[in-house]
Amino acid sequence: MATYQEFIQQNEDRDGVRFSWNFWPSSRLEATRLVVPVSCLFTPLKERPDLPPVQYEPVLCSRANCKAVLNPLCQVDFRAKIWACNFCFQRNPFPPSYAGISEVNQPAELMPQFSTIEYIVQHGPPTPLIFLYVVDTCLEEEDLQALKESLQMSLSLLPPNALVGLITFGRMVQVHELSCEGIAKSYVFRGTKDLSSKQIQEMLGLTNSAPLGQQGRPLVPQDAAAFCRFLQPVHRVDMNLTDLLGELQRDPWPVPQGKRPLRSTGVALSVAVGLLEGSFPNTGARVMLFIGGPPTQGPGMVVGDELKTPIRSWHDIQKDNARHLKKATKYYEALANRSAVNGHSIDIYACALDQSGLLEMKCLSTLTGGHIVMGDSFNTSLFKQTFQRVFSKDYNGDFRMAFGGVLEVKEMGVGGTNQWKVCSLTPSTTLGIYFEVVNQHNAPIPQGGRGAVQFVTQYQHSNTQRRIRVTTIARNWADAQTQIQHIESSFDQEAAAVLMARLGVFRAESEEGPDVLRWLDRQLIRLCQKFGQFNKDDPASFRLSESLSLYPQFMFHLRRSPFLQVFNNSPDESSYYRHHFVRQDLTQSLIMIQPILYSYSFHGPPEPVLLDSSSILPDRILLMDTFFQLVIYHGETISQWRKAGYQKMAEYENFKQLLQAPLDDAQELLHARFPMPRYIDTEHGGSQARFLLSKVNPSQTHNSLYTWGQETGSPILTDDVSLQVFMDHLKKLAVSSST
Amino acid sequence: MDNTMTHWKFPLLVSRDRFRDELRMNVNQHTRMASPYGQPQPGYGQHGYAPLDGGYLAPYNGPGSAYQTGAPPQGYTPFTTFPYKAVTAHPVSDLSSPLDLGPTRGPPTSGPPPASAPQQYNQYSQSQGDIQNGPPSATQAPPRSAVSQPYNQGAMNLSGQRFSYPQHYGPPPTMQQVTNQMTGMQIASGPPTPAGPGYVPPHSSQPPVTTAYSATPLSSQTQAPPPASSASTQLPPPTGPAASQQYYGGPPPSSQQPFNSSLPPTSQQQFTSSAPPPPPQQTLPPSSYSGLMPPPSQAPAPPASQPQQAFLPTQPPFSSAPSPVSQPSFISGPPPPAQGSFPPTAPPPSSQPGPFPPLGPPPTSAPSGHFSGPMPPQQQPPLSQPSPYHSGPPPPRAQMPPTSMAQSNHLPPGPQGPPGPPGPLQQPPSHPGMQGGYPPQQNGAFGQTRGPQPGYAGPYPGQPNYGAPAPAPAPAPPAQKRLDPDAIPSPIQVIEDDKAKTTEPFTTGVRGQVPPLVTTNFQVKDQGNASPRFIRCTAYNMPCTADMAKQCPVPLAAVLKPLATLPPDETPPYLVDHGESGPIRCNRCKAYMCPYMQFIEGGRRFQCAFCSCITEVPPHYFQHLDHTGKRVDCYERPELSLGSYEFLATLDYCKNNKIPQPPAFIFLIDVSYSAVKSGMVGIICQELKTLIDYLPRENPEMESVVRVGFVTYNKVLHFYNVKSSLAQPQMLVVSDVSDMFVPLLDGFLVNVNESRLVIESLLDQIPEMFADTRETETVFGPVIQAGLEALKAADSAGKLFVFHTSLPIAEAPGKLKNREDKKLIGTDKEKSLFQPQVSFYNTLAKECVAQGCCVDLFLFPNQYVDVATLGVVPVSTGGSIYKYTYFQAQSDQERFLKDLRRDIQKPVGFDAVMRVRTSTGFRATDFFGSFFMSNTTDVELAGLDCDKAITVEFKHDDKLNEETGALMQCAVLYTSCSGQRRLRIHNMAINCCSQLADLYRNCETDTIINFFSKYAFRGVLNNPTKVVRDTLVNQCAQILACYRKNCASPSSAGQLILPECMKLLPVYLNCVLKSDMLLPGADVSLDDRAYLRQLISCMDVTESHVFFYPRLLPLMKLESGSLPVAVRDSEERLSKGGVYLLETGLHLFLWKKASVQRELLLNIFGSQSFNQIDPTMTSLPVLDNPFSQRLREIIDSFRAQRSRYMKLIVVKQEDRAELLFRHFLVEDKSASGGASYVDFLCHMHKEIRQLLS
Repeated sequence: MATYQEFIQQNEDRDGVRFSWNFWPSSRLEATRLVVPVSCLFTPLKERPDLPPVQYEPVLCSRANCKAVLNPLCQVDFRAKIWACNFCFQRNPFPPSYAGISEVNQPAELMPQFSTIEYIVQHGPPTPLIFLYVVDTCLEEEDLQALKESLQMSLSLLPPNALVGLITFGRMVQVHELSCEGIAKSYVFRGTKDLSSKQIQEMLGLTNSAPLGQQGRPLVPQDAAAFCRFLQPVHRVDMNLTDLLGELQRDPWPVPQGKRPLRSTGVALSVAVGLLEGSFPNTGARVMLFIGGPPTQGPGMVVGDELKTPIRSWHDIQKDNARHLKKATKYYEALANRSAVNGHSIDIYACALDQSGLLEMKCLSTLTGGHIVMGDSFNTSLFKQTFQRVFSKDYNGDFRMAFGGVLEVKEMGVGGTNQWKVCSLTPSTTLGIYFEVVNQHNAPIPQGGRGAVQFVTQYQHSNTQRRIRVTTIARNWADAQTQIQHIESSFDQEAAAVLMARLGVFRAESEEGPDVLRWLDRQLIRLCQKFGQFNKDDPASFRLSESLSLYPQFMFHLRRSPFLQVFNNSPDESSYYRHHFVRQDLTQSLIMIQPILYSYSFHGPPEPVLLDSSSILPDRILLMDTFFQLVIYHGETISQWRKAGYQKMAEYENFKQLLQAPLDDAQELLHARFPMPRYIDTEHGGSQARFLLSKVNPSQTHNSLYTWGQETGSPILTDDVSLQVFMDHLKKLAVSSST
Repeated sequence: MDNTMTHWKFPLLVSRDRFRDELRMNVNQHTRMASPYGQPQPGYGQHGYAPLDGGYLAPYNGPGSAYQTGAPPQGYTPFTTFPYKAVTAHPVSDLSSPLDLGPTRGPPTSGPPPASAPQQYNQYSQSQGDIQNGPPSATQAPPRSAVSQPYNQGAMNLSGQRFSYPQHYGPPPTMQQVTNQMTGMQIASGPPTPAGPGYVPPHSSQPPVTTAYSATPLSSQTQAPPPASSASTQLPPPTGPAASQQYYGGPPPSSQQPFNSSLPPTSQQQFTSSAPPPPPQQTLPPSSYSGLMPPPSQAPAPPASQPQQAFLPTQPPFSSAPSPVSQPSFISGPPPPAQGSFPPTAPPPSSQPGPFPPLGPPPTSAPSGHFSGPMPPQQQPPLSQPSPYHSGPPPPRAQMPPTSMAQSNHLPPGPQGPPGPPGPLQQPPSHPGMQGGYPPQQNGAFGQTRGPQPGYAGPYPGQPNYGAPAPAPAPAPPAQKRLDPDAIPSPIQVIEDDKAKTTEPFTTGVRGQVPPLVTTNFQVKDQGNASPRFIRCTAYNMPCTADMAKQCPVPLAAVLKPLATLPPDETPPYLVDHGESGPIRCNRCKAYMCPYMQFIEGGRRFQCAFCSCITEVPPHYFQHLDHTGKRVDCYERPELSLGSYEFLATLDYCKNNKIPQPPAFIFLIDVSYSAVKSGMVGIICQELKTLIDYLPRENPEMESVVRVGFVTYNKVLHFYNVKSSLAQPQMLVVSDVSDMFVPLLDGFLVNVNESRLVIESLLDQIPEMFADTRETETVFGPVIQAGLEALKAADSAGKLFVFHTSLPIAEAPGKLKNREDKKLIGTDKEKSLFQPQVSFYNTLAKECVAQGCCVDLFLFPNQYVDVATLGVVPVSTGGSIYKYTYFQAQSDQERFLKDLRRDIQKPVGFDAVMRVRTSTGFRATDFFGSFFMSNTTDVELAGLDCDKAITVEFKHDDKLNEETGALMQCAVLYTSCSGQRRLRIHNMAINCCSQLADLYRNCETDTIINFFSKYAFRGVLNNPTKVVRDTLVNQCAQILACYRKNCASPSSAGQLILPECMKLLPVYLNCVLKSDMLLPGADVSLDDRAYLRQLISCMDVTESHVFFYPRLLPLMKLESGSLPVAVRDSEERLSKGGVYLLETGLHLFLWKKASVQRELLLNIFGSQSFNQIDPTMTSLPVLDNPFSQRLREIIDSFRAQRSRYMKLIVVKQEDRAELLFRHFLVEDKSASGGASYVDFLCHMHKEIRQLLS
């Protein structure tokens, strides 16, 4: 299987693609029998420092409904200067510019190593990037100050020619005009009124030029002049804007006792979307929403301003007691859709101790490829660094973000072509794509055939170029009847776990938690039944091949993960976790499902240990990475030593080093992670230790402690089943003849 | 008392109708004399005469007897006045000459006259026209000719003051005479002649007086007068049943008799009215005619006028003098007689035909002529008097003249007769005696008139004359000498008299006292009733019963100006604090503690003076009573001893039981294209920088607590954050005008001192920011909403200053469309143009009031902006509207800025509620002013400043008690500019009367006019203007008729008798009627009118007075320390080579004749040439000469007196702007068809007579 591992790794490195099955079942029926669907995780903008973009445009299949891009899998007749589309078999002549083509003089896109290739589209004027800050001013003074500083700082990170805009809101929504000298001008909208895009544009005085900027056509800069009042190139207004941000006041409206501040998030977003929609349709734009609490008035309101009415909890939602939920969600979805249509993405930076309505608003980011960042306060490094990282640059000095992305997937023998708007992409944005084999069982694809999939991603690079990245991959078809071994061995359990988890999360959005778990369990059991080797009704005889061996464990942790378990999580947190889960790449996703635990001790070099309560030992320092949290846990003894201050003594230099080691590693992780994880430094008995304790497999609990009779590890006070119990049940069910 | 008793009597001349009537009367009389009389009598009897007739019938046939008995004597006595009449007659006689004048007159008016004349009629009332028509047909050129003369006279008056008046009088008589002559009265004249001779002298004397006339007319006059006078005099005297006959036979004796017998003035009246007129006319005409025939017109005229005057005067004296005793009796009798006299008129026609075929026709014709004539007369007169007579046109005049003639005749006779005979003399004495009071009256009204304006005495039939005459025959001559054309009551005279009379401070302690006129400077001492600066009443004697009030429709109203500023030498109301429990009030009606509350039971309780409920005195307020039942501390407590004071209000009086926030001023400035271009924006911003330091404050030492906010707008609104912590102001644009809101709270309303730098920076930048604006559309509704919302958000009351330029056509609530449609003017739909075109603003106004948001609107329109609609909110919130049409920075800046400064600085209260409580028996039923009412009792004023007046009308709901009088208490709860909640209380006690005479004696015409104007200006909302005008005329006619009927001593119907206190009612009323609101000229826009409506609605009496009757000062000689005496608003008062200053409270004109003296020009303008003077100048050059200094002082002082700055407009004669100036010469005919004073008086008289008949 090493080969497969290598193959998979190679594929991922080259194309950013990981399929759940690397052999494809040849018919629909067989595909369904595999339990885990044929699907892949695709990272469209996977960073490829070794892949220089080509300076010409792709050659497309001439069939109108195909339009596939010429790729290495195409058959080429160099003499006739004809290529055959490997998707529709259309024979296409090469364009005149390819006249010099020959076997020894092949264009890059025909070379196998260029299964992924990036074209730079030359035509069309470059369109600037747009950053529209939408800032909540109903913040504590300290928070606002921190946010203002972050925003001011961000100006220096923007490309000089990028356009920036500022909308602030509280009880009212203010669109700030940036071009003016002297008096700072802003347009104010009442926070309770839902306005149509047209009304907003009229009120902003944009109507005169609106007819010019028709939808579907990016505005040329001259047209944009009219909107300059609100969106100005950074280099021209950064002073102004810095001052403006500096003078930004907290929302001045008094908040009576027992009330929440009135926060018109809904209208603010509506105005932002309306502004961009009218002025820069189909241009890469990023609406960055900074909120310090839930929307409390107007459309999109999540909770009333009465403090005595708490914001909805999962409990309320399950009881159908969240009266604003549906309305607000619908409102934000509509906004998100409008925004997506125009290729604008929306980020949400929510920093509040209580919930801030992410549940309702997450679609804004989910549907538009925006970020969601959740923190306790804007005045934390978590937010500050995360925000900074939004503007991080790649090796070329370009932003690690792309805009207006459109992903097109063309498959052969699997299904039709589909197209999605992703709006905003980062190099790590990873999509789960689920295929359906449409072949009927009675008309199997011939043996040895290869199925091909082409991903065409058009996007606006952060340097304003429009680019097209094309990834074409192929996999063999296999007959599930005869080649089940091949198929089984081609199983990518990591990818499959993530893909199944994404399905589960997707279901969890709309279904009750227990239902999702049941579904997940059933799928797991079916998979085990399909590929496990066992004797009926003999759990002990159950065996799984290596390619599936880890899968049940992933499922165990997935079941306990915050993506499916809402207990102890607020709806906002769940939304936040889920949002990130469905867009991170495989590695990160796996970490999310099953956090990584490292152990540091005097017994040896740092080593990964089982995510198990048995790993929690007094003389260890543990470093757990759950993606969202980074927990450093000092065992009881270590903790005592530390308190005693041994690390300060020269003779205990080694102890100091031991203490330092996880910190360094954590820093490394922190540095690469987006969003910044919550960094937790705790110790045995510390209140924050719960983060660790809730994650580890409760192999020892207060119930089992004495049964196991072991002194090692730390018992977890939980009623959750342990992995052992889970596996036992799984085996029992898998072998049971009744299911 | 004195005043009340005096009446103004006018010669018949005044009304054309009279002529007719009189003529008829005469005819009848004649007939009667012959036999028909009996017939007519019945008619007389019908009216009120009956009784008399019954008694007298036998002898005289009623009228005669009545006349003789009462009237003659009195009349005669008054006749002493006759001389005056004679004088007047002279004028009449002058008629002939007047004729000449007439033409001249005609010329002036001529162009217009023809038209104008008709118009006038129209104005008056069509009825006249009808009548005229009737009569004219009946007759007669001749009468007309006569008429024509009168008109001429009238014209004359216009042209030349003195002449004119006399002419007036003269003409009428002449007419009559003429007619008489025509009729062949000559014969009759014969008899009179005897008397005539006697008269003649007077006449002659008179003629001389009327120098002008004397020329040609004299002869005729003399002749005419004699006859007429003789006749009339004779007639009257004889009138005694037998007398009448005798009379005819020998007037003199009769006259004497009458005198003697007819001590009662009533008799005189009767004479004048019924008997006298007829006889006189007939007789006189004949007599006079006979003599006059040739000169008839002239001659008759004079006599006629004289007689009238004479009679009138006599009567008045009588009424005055005898009044107490005789009157009462008369009253019973008199009225009838008077009526009778009128009736005669009616009957006459009928009778006339038969008996006096000749006469009848003529008279009738005359009357008819009059009517028709009046119109034409003016024109015609000029044309050719003689011919007119014959011709159709004359008739109208004839009427006039006839009446006048008749009157004059009568009068002359009376006077002459009387004078000649002892009667007159006797009477005069009697008058004097009687008039202990009388003279004063006359003096008040007339005396001075005489003095200053001899003309008055003369012209004014009776009164002046009387005043003069009454004293003695001698006076007559002087009167004659001084004879001034002005015979009709002169506002200037009245004003000056009042000034002269007022030497002492006015103390308010006495109930029912009539304060000095608003034009008089006087000091007030509050001794228990509110100062007239706070409250002025139409009547200080209220009729006791509703029936009385109904009978005499003098409006019972008060003009309240609760926050009026007092002159420095008067103490502002004291602030009283009754502690935590709040002001002491009656338990039942909630009236506040006031001097009228009666403490009982040793001071433990008090009885409410309003509702009689007994309330416990709270322990902390207890005080012992002295032996008179007064609290010992009475004089230590303002609320127990003063008419006006303030209470500190407690929390209970605050909205939501919260101490109010200090108020806020929000400036909302239009920055659309036209606003910027006109310079308005720049000027405002510049000015506000300094003005914000002058926000109202209670204590000049302290900082104002008023906060300010700024908004600019075109079709979107820009709010400004001027928080002190900002380096630069911030602009917040709200374009969602459909649903207005305030975008910010903190930083919008700021303390001036804290945010000064930011505010100044803002005001510097606003003009720059919008310098290049191309936005032409504006909104308006949302602007007010914005201010309102801001105040709501700040939870405070306040004032919005909106500076607006154009019709708000941008898409927004309250959007308007241009609906100015000149075609609708004058139609029934006209009223709709004064109503708001959308209801949006009414609703908005209501909200504003609820929040205490007062709106002041400054308009800078270049075209129609629909003031009627835009003004709804200001008007309902106690705000003001200022309008600067075609605003140009250079020429209008000063006016605007001065207005703005004053408007911002003036003391103002917010969130006010006014309630007027009254003692039982009457209550406040209607309110006029700038405010809002959500129920029938509470006047809600979002803002109430020191210039706002509210007129309150009262009605009876029960009987009033003469003993206790009528009390009213006006309580205004308001938030002071320092944010203190206060109650201002004004108390007023007035008398109640069971005699109408008391009412007439204690009323104030200026206040009545204030009420009428407000009433009428509001009326146009629901009625066509014509209906409104007619209603006004009608009510005034009723008022005057009621007086005539119930209070005046009987006199000839031809006499116009006006109560002393109301003698200016006609002239003022005419001013109201011809105001732009009720009778717009072609160049008066709808906006102007709507603007005026608003202005009037909150004017106090001072303002409304000068507004309707502008002050016109001759500037030829200026002395420091005193103002030159004003002259009447008539072109003929403007002397050659003069320079005049005219102020209306809104406008200030400096008018100069083309022939102005160079020296004057040099002094004023520093320029010698008339043409070099820049007509666009708005201020006079500062020259270092006493004249210039004084003049500028005067102008400044004028401006200081008015709540609005008056831009100085320099008008040169024959300038285009002169039309504007002339518009304010309100005694003249107006270009828009408004009647001249004289014409209107005639009309009024006719109306009165109609009512009486």
